[in-house]
Amino acid sequence: MTDTLPSSYEAAFAALQEIVSRLENSELPLEESLKLYEEGKLLSDHCAKLLETAQLRVSTLHPSQPDLRAE
Amino acid sequence: MDGFDFFRPTVLTVTALSSYLRELLETDEVLNDIWVKGEISNFSQPRSGHLYFTLKDSDAQIRCVMWKTAAMRLNFSPRDGQSVEVHGNMSFYPAGGLTQLYIDNMQPVGEGLLYQEFLRLKIKLEAEGLFDQARKRSLPAIPKHIGVISSATGAALQDILNTLNRRLPLAMVTVAPSQVQGLEAPASLCGALLALNQIEDLDLIILGRGGGSIEDLWAFNNETLARVIFSSRVPVISGVGHETDFTIADFVADLRAPTPTAAAELATPISINELYLSLQTARAVLDEVLTQAIATRSHQLEIKKLDLRRLSPLQRVNNAIQTLDVLRERLDRTIQNNLQQIRLQLQHLNSRLDSLSPVAVLRRGYAIITDAQTGQLISQVSQTNKNQAVQVRLLDGNVPARLHPSNQEKP
Repeated sequence: MTDTLPSSYEAAFAALQEIVSRLENSELPLEESLKLYEEGKLLSDHCAKLLETAQLRVSTLHPSQPDLRAE
Repeated sequence: MDGFDFFRPTVLTVTALSSYLRELLETDEVLNDIWVKGEISNFSQPRSGHLYFTLKDSDAQIRCVMWKTAAMRLNFSPRDGQSVEVHGNMSFYPAGGLTQLYIDNMQPVGEGLLYQEFLRLKIKLEAEGLFDQARKRSLPAIPKHIGVISSATGAALQDILNTLNRRLPLAMVTVAPSQVQGLEAPASLCGALLALNQIEDLDLIILGRGGGSIEDLWAFNNETLARVIFSSRVPVISGVGHETDFTIADFVADLRAPTPTAAAELATPISINELYLSLQTARAVLDEVLTQAIATRSHQLEIKKLDLRRLSPLQRVNNAIQTLDVLRERLDRTIQNNLQQIRLQLQHLNSRLDSLSPVAVLRRGYAIITDAQTGQLISQVSQTNKNQAVQVRLLDGNVPARLHPSNQEKP
């Protein structure tokens, strides 16, 4: 599951919350808890990195788009 | 001048002159009810709510006052440089020495018609339900992809992009440049809206334009544009002009922002700072949950260790050893006690024995006499014979002796 970290912040954060609630709500074997925790750490680092490096990506449409002026 | 005293003209006080002027102006039929056209300058609206400004054209100017009660009925915000037609009456303000126009009605020039058109369209579209609150769509809390329609060269676009970058740099933005002013503007705006609607993952569209006169903003009062906004698949936030400007586009949009910057803010209700906070919380919870899981297990382990210790055979052996030690000690103690008792009894017997011993009698000076042959104790005269050999026992030894009784007598 951790092989590919979600590229969008929302997805990464949702996955993090999922892990937290799984850790919270179930009587998991310790080994599995540790695995989940490691995954959660990876995701939270990933989230933090996404936030820190975020830069508005702006693209501009060029008037090759349908032109209403003909109507 | 002295010689002309009795021809001296009437000299008025300033107050009297002011009153006269005032009366003159207020009773003039033309000045009483006039329309004047000009451009506003030196506009000010103090806390009192009254409006003060100068109305001017290229060659002249006149002071104007509009009382709060009349100003409140205005359906636009007058500002410097605006061309207006005003209605009112002339009068004189003695305290300021000012000839002023007291305005009771004012409308922007050329706007009379435009405004009528605006109202007509507004009523029509409102009746058709284009402004219904019920149809307004909710906007995503964290938009991933935002469309922006604005002039490519305007400050509004920069304001919007700066605000978006500050609040939610995670977002992707697609700008659809458009004319926002002039005859071509409505079609250009509609084209931009339709183009952005073709982007599959677009979350919302910001329609932005900086402030300007009502003529400048006129493109946003276009019926076709209103209908394109209405049928836009993607929700639209309008941010046109200033706080006080309302356009048809504002009424149709899903959300109306007072300015382009405000539109960008409303588009991003959750900022990156809040995302940071929620991330920190999630991390803290993650740590806490694991720490808790480990603590619970280590507590359980401690309990089991105690159980184990309690149930261990070693414990039983140790208990047995302890019991044995106690018994041993009791045994020792008992034996010691008994020995002591025996020792005491022995001493007692010894001293009793001592008191009965003949040695004690000898010590007091008595002697024991025994027959030398028989060893029989001689304690009575009747046991004695003449020349009888005896043993006399004294304290420190025996003395052999012979009895020489001269006369036997009993004491």
